[in-house]
Amino acid sequence: MTDGTEAQVAQQFITALPHARALGMRMLSIGNGAAEIEMPYDERLIGDPVTGVIHGGAVSALMDTCGGAAVMCHPEGNGSTATIDLRIDYMRAATPGQTIRARATCYHVTRNVAFVRAEAMDEDSDNPVAAATGAFTFERKGTKA
Amino acid sequence: MKRPRPEPVQVIKQRRDGALAALVGNVPYIRFMGIQFERRGDELTAIMPYSEMLIGNPILPAIHGGATAAFLEVTAIIELSWAILWPEIEAGRMDADTLPRLPRTVDFTVDYLRSGLPRDAYARARINRSGRRYASVHVEAWQDNRARLFAQGTGHFIMPDLAAPRDG
Repeated sequence: MTDGTEAQVAQQFITALPHARALGMRMLSIGNGAAEIEMPYDERLIGDPVTGVIHGGAVSALMDTCGGAAVMCHPEGNGSTATIDLRIDYMRAATPGQTIRARATCYHVTRNVAFVRAEAMDEDSDNPVAAATGAFTFERKGTKA
Repeated sequence: MKRPRPEPVQVIKQRRDGALAALVGNVPYIRFMGIQFERRGDELTAIMPYSEMLIGNPILPAIHGGATAAFLEVTAIIELSWAILWPEIEAGRMDADTLPRLPRTVDFTVDYLRSGLPRDAYARARINRSGRRYASVHVEAWQDNRARLFAQGTGHFIMPDLAAPRDG
């Protein structure tokens, strides 16, 4: 759990990113190479007009933001990053009307690269909606941001 | 034996543009992202005009990687649907009320080659394989120079169930 100040810092991260803000993302937790972000259901993000399911692109944006946040809060990093590549597997359609929550972990870093795994869930947290793996640029502490 | 006279060009254009507009206009997320499509014959180019809400790094500034991924995926899905629709449109069987379901994404991989600048972005998709059930699509996106891609992507899709052909 994050205290008031940490929660503020976490939300400021999102507020500073216009695209994340436009998608209505909210940071739930961030720290020690892991991050959790949620994105409430929004009719403007519908990708399949017949079913009302959110577009995969919006889920990609959530995964990318969450992965980036995990890298930026890695204790050995200098707080900046960019995505090198990101692969997303869509296991099932997110249930219309439900908030999607992503959790990303930066599970390994080298001198220049951070490796990330992420998962997205709706209210049925036993069956992930999507999974992602990505590589991000990584700069160690002390190198210029 | 005489060949039937070809249809007037305006009639053909109207039918093709109408089908494309219906296909694209049906998806709220495409509108949200401001993505448009231009058509030359059956070739589509996707355009994502620059907007402040696409920014991910305000300091550089650079387009959000997620917005880039979404742009590529939208382009792939529309290209694939368009390829399914094309024969229907040409046969005059297609109208805005009979759009098939969209293909579903199985996986999508994005390769970020350079940072997306605060400019308009363009993308074209190439269908590398399209069978009855699965399709593989590659997408390239660029900004100022066609040869200098800022991102590329590959995705796999499940094709929609096509309604049984109406004329047997």
